[in-house]
Amino acid sequence: MEHIVIIGNGISGVTLARHIRKLSDKKITIISAESEYFFSRTALMYVFMGHMTFEHTQPYEHWFWKKNRIDLLKAYVDAIDTDSKTLQLSEGKSLAYDKLIIATGSKPNKFGWPGQDLDGVMGMYHKQDLENLEKYAPNNTICKRAVIVGGGLIGIELAEMLVSRDIPVTFLVRESSFWNGVLPEGESAMINRHILSHHIDLRLSTNLKAIKADENGKVKSVIIEETGEEISCNVVGLTAGVSPNIDFLKSSKIETGKGVKVNRFLETNIADVYAIGDCAEQHEAIGNRRPIEAVWYTGRMMGETLAQTICGNRIQYKPGHWFNSAKFLDIEYQTYGWVHGKKGKPDYEAHFHWKHQDDTKCVTIAYHKDTNVFLGINTFGIRMRHEFFDTVLTEKWNVNKVMTHLSAANFDPEFYKLHEKDIIEKYNRDTGNNLRLSKIKWRSIFA
Amino acid sequence: MKLIKYTGLVIFLIGLAIFTGSIFTGSFSLSPTEIDQYIDEKGYKSEIIADALKKNIATDEALNIFEFSSRVRQAFKHSNDHYDNLIATYDAEKNWDKKGEQYQYKIYGKPHTLSYDLAKRAGSGFVKDNPALMWWLTFGLSIIGALLYILPNVILLGAPGIKNNGIYHKSATNRGWIAWLVLLYLVGFYILLYFKADYVVNWTFILDPISKALNGGEASQWFVYGFLYCVIMTVMAVRMYIKYRHNKYQILRTTSVLFFQIVFAFLIPEIMTSLNMPGYDFKNAFPLDYDFFFEWNIKSLTESGAIGLFILVWGTILTLIIVPLMVYFFGKRWYCSWVCGCGGLAETLGDPYRQHSDKSLNAWKLERWVIHSVLVISVLMTIVTLYCYFSGAESFLGINSQWIKDTYSFLIGAWFAGVIGTGFYPIFGNRVWCRFGCPLAAYLGLVQRFKSRFRITTNGGQCISCGNCSTYCEMGIDVRAYAQKGENIVRSSCVGCGICSAVCPRGVLKLENDNTAGRINPTEVLLGNDVDLMDLVNQK
Repeated sequence: MEHIVIIGNGISGVTLARHIRKLSDKKITIISAESEYFFSRTALMYVFMGHMTFEHTQPYEHWFWKKNRIDLLKAYVDAIDTDSKTLQLSEGKSLAYDKLIIATGSKPNKFGWPGQDLDGVMGMYHKQDLENLEKYAPNNTICKRAVIVGGGLIGIELAEMLVSRDIPVTFLVRESSFWNGVLPEGESAMINRHILSHHIDLRLSTNLKAIKADENGKVKSVIIEETGEEISCNVVGLTAGVSPNIDFLKSSKIETGKGVKVNRFLETNIADVYAIGDCAEQHEAIGNRRPIEAVWYTGRMMGETLAQTICGNRIQYKPGHWFNSAKFLDIEYQTYGWVHGKKGKPDYEAHFHWKHQDDTKCVTIAYHKDTNVFLGINTFGIRMRHEFFDTVLTEKWNVNKVMTHLSAANFDPEFYKLHEKDIIEKYNRDTGNNLRLSKIKWRSIFA
Repeated sequence: MKLIKYTGLVIFLIGLAIFTGSIFTGSFSLSPTEIDQYIDEKGYKSEIIADALKKNIATDEALNIFEFSSRVRQAFKHSNDHYDNLIATYDAEKNWDKKGEQYQYKIYGKPHTLSYDLAKRAGSGFVKDNPALMWWLTFGLSIIGALLYILPNVILLGAPGIKNNGIYHKSATNRGWIAWLVLLYLVGFYILLYFKADYVVNWTFILDPISKALNGGEASQWFVYGFLYCVIMTVMAVRMYIKYRHNKYQILRTTSVLFFQIVFAFLIPEIMTSLNMPGYDFKNAFPLDYDFFFEWNIKSLTESGAIGLFILVWGTILTLIIVPLMVYFFGKRWYCSWVCGCGGLAETLGDPYRQHSDKSLNAWKLERWVIHSVLVISVLMTIVTLYCYFSGAESFLGINSQWIKDTYSFLIGAWFAGVIGTGFYPIFGNRVWCRFGCPLAAYLGLVQRFKSRFRITTNGGQCISCGNCSTYCEMGIDVRAYAQKGENIVRSSCVGCGICSAVCPRGVLKLENDNTAGRINPTEVLLGNDVDLMDLVNQK
């Protein structure tokens, strides 16, 4: 029986294993050094905040793995010998494979800051980071202030976690406005204000110079690059992005760049070795996507796709329309299609922007300024329907048509106040149109 | 703010302590004349009960309720034992006539109920004499204290939004010692209420004036329970309003259950009673209202003229037509989390404990066996009862009508729905009864699963498997298992409380009523992946 070995028990590896099992009877082993069972990394924050226990982050009960004959092995892979198809595990053991899948995910970026390895400095990615945070920042007596370096999605989650325990937070963001490499100006500015309203000390256009230690090798303070200011703190969170977790491959023959280089079939340069998820790097980017996509659902999709290939139906990884979501403190964010921030915005991309007066809801719609084709939407504080926009993008709707049918896209809970009327009025004012909302339900539109 | 909160907590605990402590106060005795009067009123034929009671409770001693109760029960037992002995003696002598005569002297009724009746008349003391003051010291202080504890959350919780911070860090909401204490208190409360009402007769004195104003009569233990129920729901609804103030679905739903509890379950029946009609809760549908078809109820209704007949017809239509029809259009939520009294308490008092429902597959299996068994048994009981009612027989299908009614009332009506159903909130979650025991929920669930427009829609591929939805599902549904597969949630047990949708950080879940086509949509590959792959896998 063919032995499939998957390194990494995150969403990519586990999805792959599940789908291989659905399609075949192959022997499957998942190796992880991080945790015994699959857990949802995205939920670690809720464990710290007391919304859940760690057990709640595990989507499958323990019996699931045995029942589906997926062997779980808690071990660390030291090296891979692709010639003999053998893995060298720590503690001297080894494991033979027939097909190998690397799904080791990411690790937090460190940019060589002085003091970046001190006690009390941590990322927020692994289960061990959570344990570390619990140790160094259990409350605001032990951690009088925390400094977070890096204004991305993990950074703001870490800020929310610390604030939930009343720990004062200083948030260093390199950009001139929060996440404005991705978000258009109006949205980014709204999130800035929202962060400040949570009493987080947000420092824009600010870089970290160094982290200083006390006599015990623990974090004592950070020094700001621009001003030289010293901020005392007990914890430093490094959340300046992530990069593929592939150091253990250096000695192997597997080709790596930033990540494990793969083709559209998720195959590496070595036969029978594949890579999926955060650690995989496409030779060439797919559409507007980045060559490395550290996103929950792309990991899952690669797993879904590769299972086909491994089970004899070799197919390319072809992700559909881009979408994503996040939550910035109290504000939910969803995006469908492409809406660019200032950086990287194509010339043809025009934006319509609407913001609610309460400053917690806004919508930006991108469209082609010549053809008026709908390109994408960012929505804050209003939930929208994935299926609606996926269809709209596939059928290349005119933006006016999208605006007319905006009610059908709403996914907020029942009885919520609806804002589509407000939005379309603003759109009419901005563009000189005279559109009116259609009342047709979304299923009827596509019927 | 925190100071106000903790002051509130202390005031609440003082109110609760006085309420609980009031049980032990007062003295209970009756004069020989009052005892004769009582026996006369009740029509007891026993020749020795009067003396037994006089000897035991016509006394100058200041008897507390426990001593009083024990002496009353002794007296009744003494009388009944006496006649039982005679029966046995005549039986041995084969003196059938004499034996037959003795039965009329026996006094039937549960000992604590007999004792309650007397205690209600025999009580005196501070509580009885100062009901208004006592009301303020118990209900008043508790309400004020609880509100002081709850209201600062408007500011302490920060901006509107989901604030479940620290739920798993606190003893009260993480099955710590506070939770166990609350469990003990609630279980104790229900055991007293259902089985030893005489012990808490002092509580009824506190509410006598309110009861008289509403229905003209003195308060019973059930009036106390009904009043307390409304008070607790109202106070805890305030907590819900604050916690979910950004969520209109929760606000409307909370208002709805509160309205139906206060108006339908409490006020209307009380007012009907004052008008000499049978007090009836128009929303309480059979088989949750398990004694609707019991002889005594049918008898009382048929003897109450037009209104009684109307109730009989309404109750039948409610169960057979209105309930399933509404479930078809809106799901069982219209009843379970918008109207029902049990649901109402679960959604207000029980909300802090919703995370404790067991999500394991085994719990789901157990749930299906138990709840459907209760449904079958309740229907069986009703068939036996109705058959016996119309035919005059004592049993049907080999089941004794009185036995099955008594057993059901005791095991399901009192223990399951009350003691376990509510008492176990702090440890096993707030919907133990609704999930495992309620026969109406089982019935609604079958309709919801197989013939309804209701479902929880999942939003394409947006789920990140975080598990907030499953954690906070009070019915123990593993919502995430569906959401992460992009599959709509169609489950018989779902009461549509909407909290999964509220706690989802990515806007994945939406409660909807829509066409039945495509309502159940198992998927292998989620939206967002290659369309060819989706077609290949999902349409296989």
